[in-house]
Amino acid sequence: MNATAHGIRLGLHRGVREFRHSLGSEDQVYNLVVSIAFLTVLWFQRDSDVEATGVTLAALTLPSMLGLSVVMGGLVGPAGQLSLNREDGTLLRAKAVPHGMVGYLVGRTVQTSLDVTVSLLVILVPGLFLVNVLADAGAGGLLALLGALALGMLSTLPWGAVAGSITKSPGSAMGITMLPMMGLTAISGIFYPITAMPGWLQGVAQVFPIYWTGHGTRAALLPDSAGAAEIGGSWRIMEMIGVLGVWAVVGFLLAPTILRRMARRESGAEMEQRRQAAMQRVR
Amino acid sequence: MVIEVRDLRMRYGTTDVLHGVDFTAAPGEVVALLGPNGAGKTTTIEILEGFRLPSDGHVRVLGVDPATGDEAWRAKLGVVLQSWRDHGRWRVRELLHHLGRYYTPYSTPRQSRPFDTDELIETVGLTEHAHKKIGKLSGGQRRRLDVAIGIVGKPELLFLDEPTAGFDPHARRDFHDLVHRLADLEGMTILLTTHDLAEAEKLADRILVLAGGRIIADGSPDQLSRQVAGKSEVRWTHGGLRHVHTADDATAFVRDLFRQHETGISELEVRRSTLEDTYMALVQRHESGQSREEVAVL
Repeated sequence: MNATAHGIRLGLHRGVREFRHSLGSEDQVYNLVVSIAFLTVLWFQRDSDVEATGVTLAALTLPSMLGLSVVMGGLVGPAGQLSLNREDGTLLRAKAVPHGMVGYLVGRTVQTSLDVTVSLLVILVPGLFLVNVLADAGAGGLLALLGALALGMLSTLPWGAVAGSITKSPGSAMGITMLPMMGLTAISGIFYPITAMPGWLQGVAQVFPIYWTGHGTRAALLPDSAGAAEIGGSWRIMEMIGVLGVWAVVGFLLAPTILRRMARRESGAEMEQRRQAAMQRVR
Repeated sequence: MVIEVRDLRMRYGTTDVLHGVDFTAAPGEVVALLGPNGAGKTTTIEILEGFRLPSDGHVRVLGVDPATGDEAWRAKLGVVLQSWRDHGRWRVRELLHHLGRYYTPYSTPRQSRPFDTDELIETVGLTEHAHKKIGKLSGGQRRRLDVAIGIVGKPELLFLDEPTAGFDPHARRDFHDLVHRLADLEGMTILLTTHDLAEAEKLADRILVLAGGRIIADGSPDQLSRQVAGKSEVRWTHGGLRHVHTADDATAFVRDLFRQHETGISELEVRRSTLEDTYMALVQRHESGQSREEVAVL
């Protein structure tokens, strides 16, 4: 029996188990709140038409929200969990077991993917009652949607792992991922077409995965006419693949080295220090 | 030798934590690394576990340098971690079973791995909590789970770092029984650290006293106390005055005392120094720097 393959298999089990643990837990309150918040936005946007696109603002926003969820889930989720697991000793335990690190990382990836799937469903399913973006998309559109979502995930997941590895506490892991995310979300055409932004902000937004993942999901589900609200007035699929691809490739080249270095440094004494620091915060 | 350490040194920045530690552990031996807080016990054990790289020195654990130990080497080690709140949502049996399965590829006809989950849960006395969420366990139950996780792969060598820190006396007794059973059960070699002499005395075949980054004494609890037998404290009252004297040979001293004063001696007390006195003296002497180069090899 190949021990590494065995470790990967155990990682799959681990991911599914942790996902099941989270399903029945207070984690889902977060999903519920997000779902209600996004639906409220869609409700207010359902009747406002966007000039020259032939679709409502809500129809633009729903696919964008899917893109945002994937990028957010790929970056913030792993960053927070990884730093939390360094603090609480999960990672040290994984290190003490043969191939435990492989199992841990596979498990984390599986759980993150399942978490993201849930976060997509809680937006998409109720959202469809307000604006049926799937009606005209067809099978091709659906496949394109999955492709864009997968690419968005790949472009952020390794960076989430990096953020979770280099930060000292769960709080700072959330800080260095969540704050830039919130800023970028505001300028990335998620809740309003990006063309309404000043030119230099459009330039900034186009460097990062949020805009491009949202661009991809909109292109997948919306008619060609909706491209009028995008930069340049049309869908730019190759550019989307290019930018997200660069983030993914650089991320996956960088993350293993940083993860390995983080894992090598993990020790009981280090963990004890973080534990002391955490106790200070609680008191 | 299961563990071989020669001239182990560790430096953090400009501070030397270990100044050349030497010791070995034979198969099946239970060795306690005893020392005051900050003596370098945790650093030493983490180097042996492969969690920390030493600055210098020769270290072999099961014949392998921990710095280069692979997963097959890791599979032969058990590490009992001081867990805190990891895996709080997992159930006891679920986690133990999951972690045990990492060892199945390392099962051999001679040594099947891992332990049967339910048997192990019974061994550590968690049967009635097997389906409890780990986050809901008491501190003592949680430590027993830590031990179970440490030994689930049937290790040849088990590391226990301050295993009973924060235990109440009852939990401590239970834990000591458990360690005895493990040592007998599988002939496991065990290295544990503690700052509690009574614990070291109770558990270990051999005690290494670590102070100021060096091993300052190495021997069985018996040998350690025999080294200081002889050193006794004699107290008596004579003519209304209380006297105290430390004597190498108390018997001869008292005989002499009575020869000098045929009457008038009362309240005679002879107290042999305990292992604890020796330990305190050793550590104190070392910490005050008097015996910087002196190493008591027993």
